[in-house]
Amino acid sequence: MLELKKLGKKYRTGDRALKEVDLTVPAGQVLALIGPSGAGKSTLIRCINRLVEPTSGDVLLEGESLTHLRSSGLRRVRRKIGMIFQEYALVERLSVMENVLSGRLGYVGFWASYFRRFPQSDIDTAFSLLDRVGLEPMADKRADELSGGQRQRVGIARALIQKPELLLVDEPTASLDPKTSRQIMRLITELCTERKLAAIINIHDVALAQMFAQRIVGLQAGSIVYDGNPEGLTSDVLTQIYGEEDWTAVRKQQSSESERDIGDLEENL
Amino acid sequence: MPVEMNSQEKIWKHRDRKTQLTHWAIWFFGTALFVWCWQLVSEKTEWFFVLDAPTIAADIGSRMVPPRWEYIDKLWVPLWDTLNIATLGTLLALVLAVPVAFLAARNTSPSPTLLRPIALLVIVSSRSINSLIWSLLLVSILGPGVLAGIIAIALRSIGFVAKLLYEAIEEIDENQVEAIKTTGASRSQVIAYGIVPQILPTFVGVSVFRWDINIRESTVLGLVGAGGIGLQLQASLNILAWPQVTLILLMIFLTVLFSEWLSAKARHAII
Repeated sequence: MLELKKLGKKYRTGDRALKEVDLTVPAGQVLALIGPSGAGKSTLIRCINRLVEPTSGDVLLEGESLTHLRSSGLRRVRRKIGMIFQEYALVERLSVMENVLSGRLGYVGFWASYFRRFPQSDIDTAFSLLDRVGLEPMADKRADELSGGQRQRVGIARALIQKPELLLVDEPTASLDPKTSRQIMRLITELCTERKLAAIINIHDVALAQMFAQRIVGLQAGSIVYDGNPEGLTSDVLTQIYGEEDWTAVRKQQSSESERDIGDLEENL
Repeated sequence: MPVEMNSQEKIWKHRDRKTQLTHWAIWFFGTALFVWCWQLVSEKTEWFFVLDAPTIAADIGSRMVPPRWEYIDKLWVPLWDTLNIATLGTLLALVLAVPVAFLAARNTSPSPTLLRPIALLVIVSSRSINSLIWSLLLVSILGPGVLAGIIAIALRSIGFVAKLLYEAIEEIDENQVEAIKTTGASRSQVIAYGIVPQILPTFVGVSVFRWDINIRESTVLGLVGAGGIGLQLQASLNILAWPQVTLILLMIFLTVLFSEWLSAKARHAII
């Protein structure tokens, strides 16, 4: 469904953030993109919806090339690609409902959106999505009154109300505590399965990636160095992606952490 | 290096010798310049007039009290004009300043090479000319009256409002803008949803602040014939009617006090 062909990005400073990346994502697949900071994960997903302009190669969404689209074509394609951000990127001074409805801006005219006159069907969808992410009572709150986890749920609802075919997720858990991180990752992957959505999730937490993704792609200095299932991430592979480190120790620590987390959850239930 | 070794101990000083000497030199030349200027001014002053200044000030002061209270009947209309000049001038300025600000901000300007410099030029020229000078020009073009005052206030305020607003636009959180862009929103929708909510508090604050300033500025515009209470002030000064001048100054003071109170209230309510 999504195909990257020799995608490259060279920043004006001369940094080659991406070097001829080839990647194919079939419909409905949840893919985790892992790699150290500065490996080009953010650049890669931003090149897909062209928040960053790629300098070489091509991006194909269902066979349509995105790299040469002009503004109106780009807007049409962006409606099909939802995005979730690390720092949530909610419009802080707007209400939760307005933030969710802003996901429909691509389908609504300027004056209708300016006077907040969205079609009833959009409002219904917004309420059911808020219900799904557990925030319906918060609809009238201003976005800056919410906690981190709640904000990210609003971000998820905003991306999903677009009825996207592809979800780009940029470090969704980097600003959240470990438990909220797991809940958010679980929510995202559940929603992807329900809606048969393809998703690319940038994440630097290897354990979370293994727990929730069907496929893992490791990026190192702008090139793909691993592409396979979560079980294939051996210590050797991790060393190749991140550099030398005692990976068994890291793993042990993380698995005990997640056991504790599961214990917490059971207590809560 | 402010740290020196003295046999065993490390000596620390705030400044090293060279900086210390530079500081001394700067103070020395500054003082010398001041003394020289003082002498120059003193030579060109008619001390005869200065020496009897206290007597004359006391004389005028004694004529200024008590204020001529019954004159207030003639002040209500000019006072109302003054408020109108300030308010309508500010509104006109806001309408004109918003597009200028969007053209001037680096991140929203549609053409950074052509329109942005033009917008910046508009801002600088508006700010560099005092509203009293704008009034002088406009009174000779439009003739005396309230309209000249309104336009003078507006022209003066465009630069102020647009400058503060475009700085606010340049400081917005781009993440929120990106998030709106990814939904497939149009350019105008990105502005309405991604940018406007972020700059609204600044816009309101700046508007109220400028209105407050404009009340003060519009009280003097009448001096050059641009309407308002300044006209009365000018007339009273010309006929040396000091008790009337006192009353006018008192009324200006009260008006400014009122506007200050109102703008403080408004700022609290909205931000």
